[in-house]
Amino acid sequence: MSVLLDRDTRVLVQGLGREGSFHAARMRDYGTKVVGATKPGKGGTTQDGIPLFDTVAEAVDSTDANTSIVFVPAPYAMDAMLEAIDAGIDLVIAITEGVPVADMLKVTAVLETATTILVGPNGPGAITPGQAKVGIMPAENFSPGGVGFVSRSGTLTYEIADLLTRAGLGQSTCIGVGGDPVIGLPTPDAVRLLNEDPATEAIVIVGEIGGSAEERAAEYMRAEGKKPAVAFIAGRSAPPGKRMGHAGAIVSGNQGTAESKVRAFEEAGIPVANAPSEIPGLVKRALRR
Amino acid sequence: MKLHEFQAKQLLARAGIPIPDGRIATTADEAEAAARAIDAPVAVKAQVHVGGRGKAGGIKVAKSPAEARDAAKAILGMEIKGLRVEKVYVERAAQVDRELYLGVTLDRDRRRPVVMLSTVGGMDIEEVAEANPEKIARGWPSPLLGLLPFEARSLVFAAGVSEKQRDPVADIARRLYSVYVETDASLAEINPLFVQKDGSVLAGDAKLDIDDNALFRQPELAKLKEVSKDEETEEKARALGFSYVQLDGDVGIIGNGAGLVMATLDAVRNAGGKAANFLDVGGGAKEEVVRSALEIVLANPRVRSVLINIFGGITRGDEVARGVLDVVRTHPPRVPLVIRLSGTEAEAGRRLLAGAPLGSRETMDDAAAEAVRLATQPVRA
Repeated sequence: MSVLLDRDTRVLVQGLGREGSFHAARMRDYGTKVVGATKPGKGGTTQDGIPLFDTVAEAVDSTDANTSIVFVPAPYAMDAMLEAIDAGIDLVIAITEGVPVADMLKVTAVLETATTILVGPNGPGAITPGQAKVGIMPAENFSPGGVGFVSRSGTLTYEIADLLTRAGLGQSTCIGVGGDPVIGLPTPDAVRLLNEDPATEAIVIVGEIGGSAEERAAEYMRAEGKKPAVAFIAGRSAPPGKRMGHAGAIVSGNQGTAESKVRAFEEAGIPVANAPSEIPGLVKRALRR
Repeated sequence: MKLHEFQAKQLLARAGIPIPDGRIATTADEAEAAARAIDAPVAVKAQVHVGGRGKAGGIKVAKSPAEARDAAKAILGMEIKGLRVEKVYVERAAQVDRELYLGVTLDRDRRRPVVMLSTVGGMDIEEVAEANPEKIARGWPSPLLGLLPFEARSLVFAAGVSEKQRDPVADIARRLYSVYVETDASLAEINPLFVQKDGSVLAGDAKLDIDDNALFRQPELAKLKEVSKDEETEEKARALGFSYVQLDGDVGIIGNGAGLVMATLDAVRNAGGKAANFLDVGGGAKEEVVRSALEIVLANPRVRSVLINIFGGITRGDEVARGVLDVVRTHPPRVPLVIRLSGTEAEAGRRLLAGAPLGSRETMDDAAAEAVRLATQPVRA
């Protein structure tokens, strides 16, 4: 078991440009079933052996795709996400960086009335090691196992996955929720999925400054947590009012501070690592290995 | 991206929100002429991208054109929170009876815009929220429908706006919401919203911050972007596809990925040092990328050592190492470098770096400690 994706995941690529085709090839190398891609006007042809479709709806009809990955540039990303939601895709993973907040507000408003789960945008995607990868992460750093992993960043996720893997701690599913202020699957919702997943034995929550998703995740785990969790917050030394790379990584006034997040986890009985290197040890201790 | 008050007010006026008669001036002469044209007592207001202008002496009331001239002379050229005042806005002084607050911004938790209205105006809304949370009425319109008339009415009732101002304030709220949407704002704020002695309502100040990610479809607003001295490096970095933030320490930082770079700053602090900057090179870290990143970091004279923390993912560690080696050979940096490679082919990368004139460390913590140690050593002559 796992969450969001597994061996039966059938992926449609939206935006088979340079980045899209590069990562589509790597997803196939990993064993992910890439069943098609949309390219309006090129329907009926193929690219790199991937069947092309004019619309997402047609692609779903012909291929039974249940997941899509969005690479289209920011100005067109809202349209791509809404098209996938409209076609009834179960899981949409948006990699695109730089989507306007106003567009994401519309997309998340539509999500409220749909059954689709949207992961991202501005994230690395998701991976269930050994089964399927729908994202841009380097697969070598991940390994199958019981640690569920939620993160707001990209490379820091790979770094921590690498540390976990080297410590013999494989992962059930890793979800990169994305670094934007408005995202489809905020940290608390991703944590809930892992908390309810029988294959997940422990949860690693990697947050950063900005917003209060970590506080809400801590509150959720305090009330409903079924398994141990370990947290890390990036940006503890970041000054207020400065955007630290991610559009969502900003302390505004007294909102979104690292202190508030660390306190929330500690109050929920969730140990907080001072550095990524401490995470595997804390996970092992939490699992009482 | 921030707009100046006078720019924001022009956008409000275009949307039908009443603003005082005003003119922009860059010299004392122009300010005097503006006051003469307005033909009434005026406020002379510094136009800078920071709050707290009033407290810093950047706003003066002038009863005559001559006084406006003196006020402009005093304000133009002054520094407010490190920013030099280049322009003043000369506007008709309002006959203020009361001050309200009206603002629209993003509520991240609810994933909706939030409209806030309060009868406690003129103060920082966060201070009001702290001291008198019950004095702020909030509404969360659907991003698909906008601020509906009944929602605006509910807000004025909830905030306790006086009967006479209910309709005009509700109307201004809806108009401000449309400005928020049409300009792709992250914040649209009228604070204070004046209630004048004759009962009329007028925007006293205006703040409009635009979502940088939406500038591609706001060409008119994008043209208004002003780069202050402080932001020049950030702009230069942005043009190269990097994300750079100046900090006040002495350990220069280069990394790939926002989260990893933040974690690196934290590692430097854990080791007892202070980072000089945040620099995320984004995807890839080949020779050219490393070279331009180093140039940007070393342009800061405070930098005493540089820590490069790269996770080799799709870009392999050995390629990164070659890039760094080339830079060190062709452009030897003026301060010591410490590099830490992790991820794919990190060991191969470290082997390549073994003989090079730079510190290579296996873990982020060790590399941060070494960079902090080097930053505290005397500078080599």
